Amino acid sequence: MDMKANKKLGLKERYNLMTRDLAWTPTYQAVKDVFPYMEYEGIKIHDWDKFEDPFRMTMDSYWKYQAEKERKLYAIIDAFTQNNGHLGVTDGRYINALKLFLTGVSPLEYMAHRGFAHVGRQYPGAGPRVACMMQSLDEIRHSQTQIHSLSNYNKHYNGFANWRHQHDRVWYLSVPKSFFDDAVSAGPFEFIVAIGFAFEYVLTNLLFVPFISGAAYNGDMGAMAFGFSAQSDESRHMTLGLEIIKFILEQDPDNLPIVQAWLDKWFWRGYRVLTLVAMMMDYMLPKRVMSWKEAWEVYAEQNGAALFNDLARYGIKVPKGWEQACKDKDHLSHQAWNVFYNYGAAAPFHTWAPSEKDMEWLSAKYPETFDKYYRPLWTHYAKEQAEGRRFYNGTLPMLCQVCQVPMFFTEPDDPTKIAYRESEYKGMKYHCCSDGCKHIFDNEPEKYAQSWLPVHQIYQGNCFPADVDPSKPDFDPLMEVLRYYKMEFGRDNLDYADSEDKKNFEAWRAQATSN
Amino acid sequence: MSNVFIAFQKNEDSRAIVNAILADNPGAIVSDQPAMVKIDVPHRLVVRRATVEEELGREFDLQEMQVHLITMSGNVDETDDEFSLTWNQ
Repeated sequence: MDMKANKKLGLKERYNLMTRDLAWTPTYQAVKDVFPYMEYEGIKIHDWDKFEDPFRMTMDSYWKYQAEKERKLYAIIDAFTQNNGHLGVTDGRYINALKLFLTGVSPLEYMAHRGFAHVGRQYPGAGPRVACMMQSLDEIRHSQTQIHSLSNYNKHYNGFANWRHQHDRVWYLSVPKSFFDDAVSAGPFEFIVAIGFAFEYVLTNLLFVPFISGAAYNGDMGAMAFGFSAQSDESRHMTLGLEIIKFILEQDPDNLPIVQAWLDKWFWRGYRVLTLVAMMMDYMLPKRVMSWKEAWEVYAEQNGAALFNDLARYGIKVPKGWEQACKDKDHLSHQAWNVFYNYGAAAPFHTWAPSEKDMEWLSAKYPETFDKYYRPLWTHYAKEQAEGRRFYNGTLPMLCQVCQVPMFFTEPDDPTKIAYRESEYKGMKYHCCSDGCKHIFDNEPEKYAQSWLPVHQIYQGNCFPADVDPSKPDFDPLMEVLRYYKMEFGRDNLDYADSEDKKNFEAWRAQATSN
Repeated sequence: MSNVFIAFQKNEDSRAIVNAILADNPGAIVSDQPAMVKIDVPHRLVVRRATVEEELGREFDLQEMQVHLITMSGNVDETDDEFSLTWNQ
């Protein structure tokens, strides 16, 4: 392979020729008509030419390197599929993390593609426009490669079949969905700060680095291939996010309070979505690279603190909620997995109580909290299950009006007390899970009062199939909601211990290791 | 002083890149993890094209790093000869 371009120009000259030299100023239409969204957020930009992409990637080199990434990625996926790689993973439980990934994350990649195509069109500067176009292409590549990699599992395991249908309907999927819907329905500057910072910087580093390294550790070369391949693009995306934040702050001092408010809001929004990643790392990986807490310390506390120290020269402060997020690291994964264990009848993947060995690991990683607060809970559940009473919660949880996570988070200084916050808007009461979410609601109540909350919608009768008849004597609301979700009861859900997935995985693995 | 970092997929090309980084950044801390390698350096990390070429035994365009890169942190500055990550503190 010859990767060397025969270049006569240096990187900077080539970048200038291939980006801003291809742009022009409109003459027969007013600039504000061509770029109509540039003013209403209050951001002031005086000179778009001051933005420069430090990667100085131009379309010709972009195609060359992305094509090379694709070749490598599909070679691994093909080899994985041809070799029945799905039987080489550590344990069939692991595959449930991929079901969560496919329903929860891949549709966000597609939304990122749409979002960047949209905002890229809106910026008058050629530099950010080209960078947004590349990011838009990257994001559609990510959603495609994730769907391709995971489709192999769909041939063998339950729960993958209706992922796209479920993304718009299933209760916990409104958490990632509402995160992106919130961003794409904001203005173009808020969108790029939100996604460049909260999604790329806060979220993807914790999802695609330690979790994907964990996927490789568990023998899943397919997820490793798409995860690392995606994250190499995310490096450019984080850089775009950071450069845009710096660029906006350098353009006008009036921009500082607006950007600070967005960082406060979007740090908390991104952090709440990470709840799913915390439990994936601590509870869903049979072999673990590091705990959620350790990953948080490396990628948030060290790396995030460095970023905020860097931005301090512009007057940026550590975002609201940062201190609480750092306290929560000892609790987040345990509380989240407990809720999924509770609602294991209504999610299209399997859940399980951690084994004694799992608990030894959790206890070592969380010496301050696991034995004290969470081991007794799992021991109780395991005892109930052994006696034929596997606990499934039959009620519906209250959801936070902003992040849409069931309200299970505890007070920052008291892990035995659920945190409830309340706001009033136009005579109605709205409930939030934390000071962070309440603060977001209070700043934009007209936006969050409209949230589509799955639990409210179920109770209002909006989550049943069209042919349902609630007056029938045998009407079972849970079964009808699952039918609306296109989930097959007893096959796609309930405990892993009794699942078809477990039986199949064990039978196929036995076949794979003998004649 | 905050660290900057860079991480690569474990493969033959990135082994040469990692060796070049270690040669040019005294004080670099290598962390080996499943399928990836992460390198932390206090304050500033530099990748020099010439050193990577020496390690690889062939010509190398710094943008080729994109193929093996997983993630990084710090402010990026890239020229034909050097790729650097820095925190301004």
